[in-house]
Amino acid sequence: MALDINETIEGSFQLVGGNFANAGEASSQLKHALAELGVDEGIIRRAAIATFEAEMNVIIYAAAGWLRYYISSDRVRIRIEDMGPGIEDIELAMQEGYSTAPDWVREMGWGAGMGLPNMKKNSDEFKIDSVVGEGTTVEMTINFP
Amino acid sequence: MQNHKDIDNKLTLKEIAKILEAEVIADSGNSDINIKNACSADMMSAVLYYHTPNSLLITGLTQPHVIRTAEIAGIKSIVFVLDKKPDARTIELARTKNISLLSTSYCMYTASGRLYKAGLPGCLYK
Repeated sequence: MALDINETIEGSFQLVGGNFANAGEASSQLKHALAELGVDEGIIRRAAIATFEAEMNVIIYAAAGWLRYYISSDRVRIRIEDMGPGIEDIELAMQEGYSTAPDWVREMGWGAGMGLPNMKKNSDEFKIDSVVGEGTTVEMTINFP
Repeated sequence: MQNHKDIDNKLTLKEIAKILEAEVIADSGNSDINIKNACSADMMSAVLYYHTPNSLLITGLTQPHVIRTAEIAGIKSIVFVLDKKPDARTIELARTKNISLLSTSYCMYTASGRLYKAGLPGCLYK
């Protein structure tokens, strides 16, 4: 179901590492923006989950980052860039259950090694680029059927 | 052994509170809505991975990001185990997001077992 919009609707959020208080704000706003446009609930849930996992990754692992979303008539694209430690072995990081999270993160309920697989599972297209010592960029696209 | 797929029961939040002898911490006015399944977890990614919308979350974590996780996953009710009580910030966030909060003195295993015995299946059918 293509949306009846002519222009791309954009949103942009600055994420600060360690700032758990605002965690989920970007996903929550994207969820509401998609709901207002009448997007299917299942699609909204997938976009919100993928975005929330991405937000949490930046907050847990990086010093800072940006999350931007672009809603067009037939898809939503979410791009997350962070200034974090980067991922040494992306293939390993994509495996369910693999995590480098410290204990304090696990005690908060994160770091189960399911973030990246969950982001991929909920996206129609998933791209990840990472440079150790510089940061990670993730781009996810969810199509409107 | 009873198969999950054979169970087609549902409970209202009011009934769940009774079974768990739970205290209602935040009432979003959905105590009569039918809940068809539940998910017990302390790992939030597991909730996001395995949840079913409109299910019940049973957890031992009380931080605000648990409410965020529920919101994103479409979960409308949360039970905190071991008598854990969230702080005012978490309660306020739950009220804003129309999510009901309960607290039970039972541990996660027993709380889950009591609800399962009452006919509430898990989220992940296997």
